[in-house]
Amino acid sequence: MISIRNLSKNYEEVQALKNISLEVKPKEIFGLIGPDGAGKTTLMRILTSLLLFDEGEVQVMGKSPISDYQFIRNHIGYMPGKFSLYEDLTVEENLSFFANIFGTTIEKSYDLIKDIYQQIEPFKKRKAGALSGGMKQKLALCAALIHYPKILFLDEPTTGVDPVSRKEFWHIIQQLHHHDITIFVSTPYMDEANLCDRIALIDKGEILNVDLPENISKAFDKTLYAIQCHEGNYQLIKKLREYTHFDSVFPFGEEVHYTDARATDIESDIKLYLEESGLTSIQIRKTASTIEDVFISLMNKN
Amino acid sequence: MEKIIESTELTKTFGDFTAVNKITFDVKKGEIFGFLGANGAGKSTAMRMLTGLLSPTSGAATVAGYDVFTEQEKIKKNIGYMSQKFSLYNDLTLMENITFYGGIYGLSNTQIKERGEKLIERLDLGNIKKKLLKEVPLGWKQKIAFSVATLHNPKVVFLDEPTGGVDPITRRQFWEMIYEKADQGMTVFVTTHYMDEAEYCHRISMMVHGEIHGYGTPKELKKEFNAQNMDEVFIHLARGDQYNLK
Repeated sequence: MISIRNLSKNYEEVQALKNISLEVKPKEIFGLIGPDGAGKTTLMRILTSLLLFDEGEVQVMGKSPISDYQFIRNHIGYMPGKFSLYEDLTVEENLSFFANIFGTTIEKSYDLIKDIYQQIEPFKKRKAGALSGGMKQKLALCAALIHYPKILFLDEPTTGVDPVSRKEFWHIIQQLHHHDITIFVSTPYMDEANLCDRIALIDKGEILNVDLPENISKAFDKTLYAIQCHEGNYQLIKKLREYTHFDSVFPFGEEVHYTDARATDIESDIKLYLEESGLTSIQIRKTASTIEDVFISLMNKN
Repeated sequence: MEKIIESTELTKTFGDFTAVNKITFDVKKGEIFGFLGANGAGKSTAMRMLTGLLSPTSGAATVAGYDVFTEQEKIKKNIGYMSQKFSLYNDLTLMENITFYGGIYGLSNTQIKERGEKLIERLDLGNIKKKLLKEVPLGWKQKIAFSVATLHNPKVVFLDEPTGGVDPITRRQFWEMIYEKADQGMTVFVTTHYMDEAEYCHRISMMVHGEIHGYGTPKELKKEFNAQNMDEVFIHLARGDQYNLK
C-alpha cells in the first residue's frame, strides 16, 4: 500500500530522514514509533504529498506523491497532530464543508463515521473551538474519514492525552480496521506499539527496526534483570552503576532494569554485591524485555 | 517529616462550575509526589493555585510555609516551575538563559556564575555553552529547563508533564535528575501521562472530576484497587468498574 525506498530529506543542515526504507501492507495498522524530533511528521508529510523529498522512491497506492498528488489526496485521510479544522464553524458545518470538498455528504459516509460521530452528534450545533480536546479529536477523525479514504494517516493522535482517552482512541482505530482501511499512525508512546499490526521504530531520522511488535520485544539480546530494594531506585541505580560488571541500568516502573556485562547466570552474584553495598530487601528476577527496552538498546547502539 | 505542601479542602469554582472540589493532601520534604488525573480533571487549576497564580475560592493551603490566599508573591519566590512547553529563550545562549533566570530569582552575580558553571559541568554541556538554545538537541532542552527551574534551590519544584514526547533514554536520565534533587531534600511535584512514571513517585494523588479519589504510594494504590499496574488503577478510578472496552 505504501512503499518507501532509500528516502532522504534534509532541512538545510539537518538530516530529517536518512535513507529509510519500509513497506506498509494493505489493511494493516502500521505504527511509526519514536520520540519528538525523530522524523515522524516529516515522513507523514511526504507520504501525504505535502512535502517534497530529496532522494529515494516513494509510492502510495502505487502512485507518486509528487506527480500523482491529486490522486493521493483524494484517496487518503490525514489527521495532523495539531487541530486544524475551523474553530468558528460548528461541528456539523465543519463536516459538511469537508464532505463538500470531496464531493460527498455526511449521509453517504455515515456508515463509516457513525460510531465516532454519534459521540459528538449531541454537540453538532456547537462551534468546534468550544469543544473539549477529546471531542475535537473525534471531530477531526470524522473529517479525515468523510470521503472513505483507502489510507488513514494519523500524526500523534494520542499525544498529551490521558491514559483512558488513549485507550478509547485506540479502540476506535481498531474498529475502523474492519472497514478495510489501511492505517498509518505515529506515536511517541512505546506502550502503544502492541496495539499495531506492525511497527517501525524511528530515531534521529533512521529506522531502527521494522517488524511485528512481539518480534521486536523479543529482539533484546541480553538477559534482563528486574531489581528492587528497600532503599529505593535512586540508591539502587547508583550502586549498580558502580558494579564492576555493570552494562546498563535504568528505572522501569517500580523496578529498575539491569543488564550485566557477563553472559552467565549471575543473579546471586548481583544480589550479594548489593547486600554488601548496604542495600536491604533486595528482590531480583529475570524479566521479559519490552519494546521500550529494545528501543533503548537500539538507540545506544546507534 | 516537614510538610512542604499542605492542602485542606482547597476549592476553586468558576461561576457554577467547581473545577477543584475540597482537595486535602500533603507533600513532605524530599518527596516525589505524582499529581495525576484525566484531561480536564482539575489538575492544572489545582497547580495554578499551589504556585500562586490563581486565588482559591475556599479551603486552606500552604506551600513552602506560605499561604496560597495571602502570600502568593512569597510562594513564587520559593518554588521552581517547569511547564511541558519549553519556556527558555531559544534566541539566547545557555549562559544567557541562566543569567536571566538567575536574575529573576534574585541570585547575586557571583551565585549565578558559580551555579551556572556547576550546572554546565553537571550536564556536560561545556561545548554548547555559547550556542543559542535553538541549536541544542531537543532531549537536552528538557534537562536544561529542569536545571534552570531549580537554579535557586527552591524548596519545591513543580513539573507539568516534563517528559512528553521525549525519547526513552532522555526520559530516564531526566528521572534520575529528579531522584537526585529529591535525595538532596528538594520536594518534587510532578504531573505525567506516562503511567510507568507514576511508579517512580514516592506517593501519588489521582484526581477525578475535581476531587482526589486515590491517594497513597503506588504499591498501596495497586493493592487498594487490586491492579497489576498504575494504568489499571488510573482506568479504574477515572471510569469506574463498569468501564470495559471489549
